Amino acid sequence: MNRRNSTTVDLPTIIIKPSRGWVSLKLREVWEYHELLYFLTWRDIKVRYKQTVLGAAWAIIQPFFTMVVFSLFFGRLAKIPSDGVPYPIFAYAALVPWTFFSQGITQSANSLVGSANLIKKVYFPRLVIPIATILSGVVDFVLAFIVLLLMMFYYGISPTVNVLFLPLLLLLALVTALGTGLWLSAMNVQFRDIRYTVPFLAQFWMFASPIAYPSSLLSEPWRTLYGINPMVGVVEGFRWALLKTDTAPGAIIIVSSLAALVLLFSGAFYFRRMEKTFADVV
Amino acid sequence: MNNIVIKVEGLSKRYHIGAKHKAYQTFREALSDAVTAPFRKVAGLLRGQATAAAGMHEIIWALKDISLQINTGEVVGIIGRNGAGKTTLLKILSRITEPTEGYAEVHGRMGTLLEVGTGFHQELTGRENVYLNGSILGMRRGEIDNKFDEIVAFAEIEKFIDTPVKFYSSGMQVRLAFSVASHLEPEILLVDEVLAVGDASFQRKCLGKMGDVAEAGRTVLFVSHNLVAIQRLCSRVIWLDEGEIVEDGQSGEVVSNYLKMYSSTQKEQKWSDMNTAPGNDSVRLRRACVHPEDGTSDDQITVRMPFLIEFEFWNLVPDSNIRINIMLITEHGITAFSSSPYQEMIWNGNPLPIGLFRSACHIPGDLLNAGLHRVMIRVVKNNRYIIYRSEDILSFDVHDSSDEQVTYFGGRAGAVRPILKWTTELLDRG
Repeated sequence: MNRRNSTTVDLPTIIIKPSRGWVSLKLREVWEYHELLYFLTWRDIKVRYKQTVLGAAWAIIQPFFTMVVFSLFFGRLAKIPSDGVPYPIFAYAALVPWTFFSQGITQSANSLVGSANLIKKVYFPRLVIPIATILSGVVDFVLAFIVLLLMMFYYGISPTVNVLFLPLLLLLALVTALGTGLWLSAMNVQFRDIRYTVPFLAQFWMFASPIAYPSSLLSEPWRTLYGINPMVGVVEGFRWALLKTDTAPGAIIIVSSLAALVLLFSGAFYFRRMEKTFADVV
Repeated sequence: MNNIVIKVEGLSKRYHIGAKHKAYQTFREALSDAVTAPFRKVAGLLRGQATAAAGMHEIIWALKDISLQINTGEVVGIIGRNGAGKTTLLKILSRITEPTEGYAEVHGRMGTLLEVGTGFHQELTGRENVYLNGSILGMRRGEIDNKFDEIVAFAEIEKFIDTPVKFYSSGMQVRLAFSVASHLEPEILLVDEVLAVGDASFQRKCLGKMGDVAEAGRTVLFVSHNLVAIQRLCSRVIWLDEGEIVEDGQSGEVVSNYLKMYSSTQKEQKWSDMNTAPGNDSVRLRRACVHPEDGTSDDQITVRMPFLIEFEFWNLVPDSNIRINIMLITEHGITAFSSSPYQEMIWNGNPLPIGLFRSACHIPGDLLNAGLHRVMIRVVKNNRYIIYRSEDILSFDVHDSSDEQVTYFGGRAGAVRPILKWTTELLDRG
């Protein structure tokens, strides 16, 4: 109420002119549209599993069955080491944040193109669209995470105080997904090749992250350097916080966090730079 | 209250023709283009073309150096032909797209109605869509809460508000969408051709709502092809053509100049070459003509005179069941009537063999009002598919008849001017 009164007193002034070169992120404006962000996230959650038979169970089926396959082939047959915990939970603890990430980049890559008619018809900070897509994935994450807790109970693993770091690790996964999503979604507007590249990229990235194997296979300093892939930090962090794998990944997480921030900011600036062409090209 | 709310200076917008192709360009194309572009440029220069001139035909200016000012509370109509730059202007003012050059200043919260129903999600219920669409249009949650009942009542869909909108009829969706949009309370409202949807009674309701917005002292920019609506709602009209302002002034004047410009009459058209004639692979026109029942297209048509609208066309597909439908539009943009050969399928009810045909619509005297009329034509196949349509095949003036007793001054009101039978009886001598 307060806000509306103030708008009628001193009217906001909008200046419209061509932008050149690198532009500011206008994060304050994104904040002003937080209600739209909320509604778009809520819409994505709401319609995600509409008209599916299994509904939200899909959020669990995907990581769970990947874990089963991994346990059979990598755990049983290939006898890949698993840092001293049973292989199934070793893989699943990594697959939960990984699924969140890969779903996030896949869906945000297509988010702008999928919202073409919104972009062509209404103004709002376009950043809201990929952000909402990534945020809506948190619900799936939570569902898959509940299964992870059940598995820990089954294997008799009790979490340690390190669990307190989990929200930060999730944030790291979110930042990585968003940074990647911003790059991909903005590029997808111009080059529809991205749509076909993303599944391949996601698969490639998965094998480049320690999902099926532990990063402890690498010796230092290579293991720390491996953290340049931010998902390494996320995955090893999850295992450390939940399963108490003995190799504390402190240095990896620092490297990963820096890499994720670089990804996020470069993605955001690239996105803002391309934003002016979205309505004309999409 | 003469504060300037919108100030535009030297606004231009450039589009590259073929932007559609650009949108789907692949890495391969982009790469090969990037590699070959310098060579092509050099080649062009060697051939003596200036680089600017060489690229010229690929560029269009949707807006060229537009400057204007709009004051608080003004209701301004924007008219012009398709592609004149009307929508581009609104899109720039609403920040959907950026100008290429120039500067604009907007004071106040702006609401845009560029297309009704943008952002409706088919799987969500009416209630959910009201919130979603409202927030997309820039309403705050509390605002939507407060107006929710009003929005639903205006749209007349109380019973179905918790049904997913995919089960709505298209009319219901449009009503709900317009209702949400019209409850937006910005200081400036930009409206683009939203009235082209919905049935007549709903359109009237929409116009009423827009009138309310205007009366409340808010500023409205209204793009429409509906000149009647423009004249009714707007005091000022800006006429755009090819991205430039042709005229900016009092609405009656601008609209009538606009009509004069585009209403040179065209009473006969012939296309001798079948390959370039208007039409498509199924049917092509050879001749279209308006003429009095006993006369040629050079003769005047008066209000009293029966006349014919005639088409000659090639049917190019054997056994095709096609029907021509015409619409007569008055100079005010009102459809006087539409007509199809219902009684007699175009050729005694038989499917047409390949060949050249002529069909004519006989229009009786004492039906149309005086003034300019346009003929729109549609060719419908199997009663279902519109295989061809054209908006400006013919246009003609209907003149006042000289033998008519002039008992009135000026024109008679109405889209048509039929002579109707009246009876008067004496019921009781007082």
